[in-house]
Amino acid sequence: MEMLWFSIAAVMVAIYVVMDGFDFGAGGLHLLVARTDRERRQVLAAIGPFWDGNEVWLLAAGGVLFLAFPAVLAAGLSGFYLAIFFVLWTLILRGIAIEFRSHVEDRLWRSFWDATFAVASTLAPVLFGAALGNLLRGVPLSAEGWFALPLFESFSPTGALGILDWYTVLVGVFALVTILHHGALYLAWRTDGAVRLRSLDAATRLFPATVALWLVATVATARIAPEIGRHLAGRPLAWLATALFLAGLSGSWLARRAGRDLLAFLGSCAFVLGLLAATAAAVYPTMIRGTSAAASLTALNSAAGEYSLRAGLLWWPIGFVLAVVYYVVLFRLHRAKAQAAAEGEGY
Amino acid sequence: MTDPLFWHRLQFGFTITYHYLFPQLTMGLALLIVVLKAIALSTGKSSCNDAARFWIRIFGLNFAMGVVTGVPMEFQFGTNWAAFSRRTGDVIGQTLAMEGVFAFFLESSFLALLVWGERRLGPRKHFLAAVALFVGSWLSGYFIIATNAFMQHPVGHELGADGIFRLRDLGAFVFNPWAIAQFLHNQMAAVVTAAFVMAAVGAYWRLRSEHREVAAISLRTGVLAGLAASMLVAFPTGHNQGRLVAEHQPASLAAMEGRFESGGHAPLAMIGQPNVAARKLDNPIHLPSLLSWIAYGDFSANVRGLNDFPERDWPGNVELLYYSFHIMVGLGTIFIAVMGLAGLSLLRGRLEGSRLLLWILVLAFPFPYIANTAGWLTAELGRQPWLVYGLMRTAEGGSPTVHGGTTLFTTLGFAGLYLVLGLLFFSLVMREVSHGPRALTPSSPEPRPLQPSLGN
Repeated sequence: MEMLWFSIAAVMVAIYVVMDGFDFGAGGLHLLVARTDRERRQVLAAIGPFWDGNEVWLLAAGGVLFLAFPAVLAAGLSGFYLAIFFVLWTLILRGIAIEFRSHVEDRLWRSFWDATFAVASTLAPVLFGAALGNLLRGVPLSAEGWFALPLFESFSPTGALGILDWYTVLVGVFALVTILHHGALYLAWRTDGAVRLRSLDAATRLFPATVALWLVATVATARIAPEIGRHLAGRPLAWLATALFLAGLSGSWLARRAGRDLLAFLGSCAFVLGLLAATAAAVYPTMIRGTSAAASLTALNSAAGEYSLRAGLLWWPIGFVLAVVYYVVLFRLHRAKAQAAAEGEGY
Repeated sequence: MTDPLFWHRLQFGFTITYHYLFPQLTMGLALLIVVLKAIALSTGKSSCNDAARFWIRIFGLNFAMGVVTGVPMEFQFGTNWAAFSRRTGDVIGQTLAMEGVFAFFLESSFLALLVWGERRLGPRKHFLAAVALFVGSWLSGYFIIATNAFMQHPVGHELGADGIFRLRDLGAFVFNPWAIAQFLHNQMAAVVTAAFVMAAVGAYWRLRSEHREVAAISLRTGVLAGLAASMLVAFPTGHNQGRLVAEHQPASLAAMEGRFESGGHAPLAMIGQPNVAARKLDNPIHLPSLLSWIAYGDFSANVRGLNDFPERDWPGNVELLYYSFHIMVGLGTIFIAVMGLAGLSLLRGRLEGSRLLLWILVLAFPFPYIANTAGWLTAELGRQPWLVYGLMRTAEGGSPTVHGGTTLFTTLGFAGLYLVLGLLFFSLVMREVSHGPRALTPSSPEPRPLQPSLGN
């Protein structure tokens, strides 16, 4: 039961990263790939109907954690306190930038929100990546299962710990580059004309950086958390996920060169999904790794009671299927390439 | 002031009060948009669709603010109230997770359809999108209120020796009688806000002789919905809520009324200032025996005063609780009077010509926001000193590793950010109001260009 809910939580987080990832990536790149106001609105049109729903996956994932692993949610959110609020503020600014931007037809107003959108979309993936880095590196959990980390301390993953050190920043930068690559492939698929060409160009440049950072991050992780490598060897599910992300990575490269935009984006989705799934499969059952002798918070020692977990299974699959149905409807209605909305009509 | 708990409470209280300025409008407006679309569908009047289109734009702006200010709320359970989350997550995790999968996805998907799909979906499906949005936003409200109801009146659980609340009966927890009563009361109050806002905009345009037809529709819909909701919010929903408080939170009832002495034939305090040190209500004006009847349906029933309860179980801020309750009830009564007058005048065909009534309607729109806020202050201050009523104290719920300095930092950050956002939001809404309704341009090409957002 705990393993099932751990998998559900991991899947929710992975879907969140894939879905909100493309609009974060689009936001991080839009100043570069969209130069005129019309092109900017084309980018917004490509993510507009989806970004809010994408963010719901984060809330839904949080809900699953609350339901199934309340002790993990409580320790994690309070332990990373400041970083969580920086993430929240970037999410607020992004949402407002998307919604408010096109309401006023004024060059300065729009430049301001465009820049806000780009900065917030760039910062958030770094913070999310650093959060993952923290979970892999471990945090100083007390015997009662609490911890508190400052934003930064010695910048070393072995010295006095902070949320940001060279390792977690490395994971953060890897996350950012992966998400930018992901967003570039999404925009290439969803737009046409100059925006599509520039997005493809961006993806071409970002791909080698993604691969290089992935290699470096993998080596660094193997040094910081050696048990992950050991687990990986004995878990077929982790092999499957590894195969998925390797196939996705190479597939996205091949498809982009072949001019198959949708396939390239799907390859990137498989890369992100597979990478997160492999990580989850390798760390199971650990959810928050402790650096001290005290036990880590795991799916086994932090789960809600048996009754709650069973009760959740009664309704959760229905909600999940409904959410997928809404998404299918929404994407079907938006099959066409995104055009900039007419002035005064869309944001 | 160095106590982190103080800052946790201030931050949560501030962010949730601010957040709820937006959902109270969108939940009420979602219902009124369904009404407008239904009238448009049955009469085929294009002005009804124009009105709906305008109100969907206002909805979109409010929804965006509701979303961005709502995301932090869910996280603050963990960041600021970690001990509470760890002890109650087994129970309230259910409704919070339900809100995500059942309500948020519905809302975000169908708002996107409602915003840009009018031409593409056709009138019938566009109406259905409005219905789906209404269902989503009201479901969201229900799950949050069910979560709050567990804190007000815990049911369906078992408290372990380790201090962890464990779910024992999902149905009893989700359909907590407190949740149902509070939901009905709260949703009626949300309709009051939306109706007053709609009537105010209609009256404003009418006074300026602008957008004649859409102004008339907004005015009429706002006044009729406002009259119905203002009455329903008091009776039966408010009355039922009051009886639940009397039954399950007698100390709160005493504090709400500034009542220290117990006794039968309890009077209802109309006005007065609670003097907690002297344990009395200064300068009271009372309605005799009415409180006994409201609380227990019997003019002679005994209503306990605060003196009957140990001081450590008193709500921490008796004065603010007292004023919140009286402001809510006082404003609620005024709403019935204002909408009653406007409704009468509307039925006699005189409302559009009555400048005085139109001015009153224009100026009245902030007050339902105040009443809703006061209502929630009453509920939440009345719950004190408990996080889970009678079982877990507020002082036990804060995050054990977060100190006051960090919480003050984030509280100040929210204050600054929300101030700026509020000013921008208000100016954008004012722009929409002065621009007025927009026609569905028949010249735009098919297929219609994608509209990239929720809020339009």
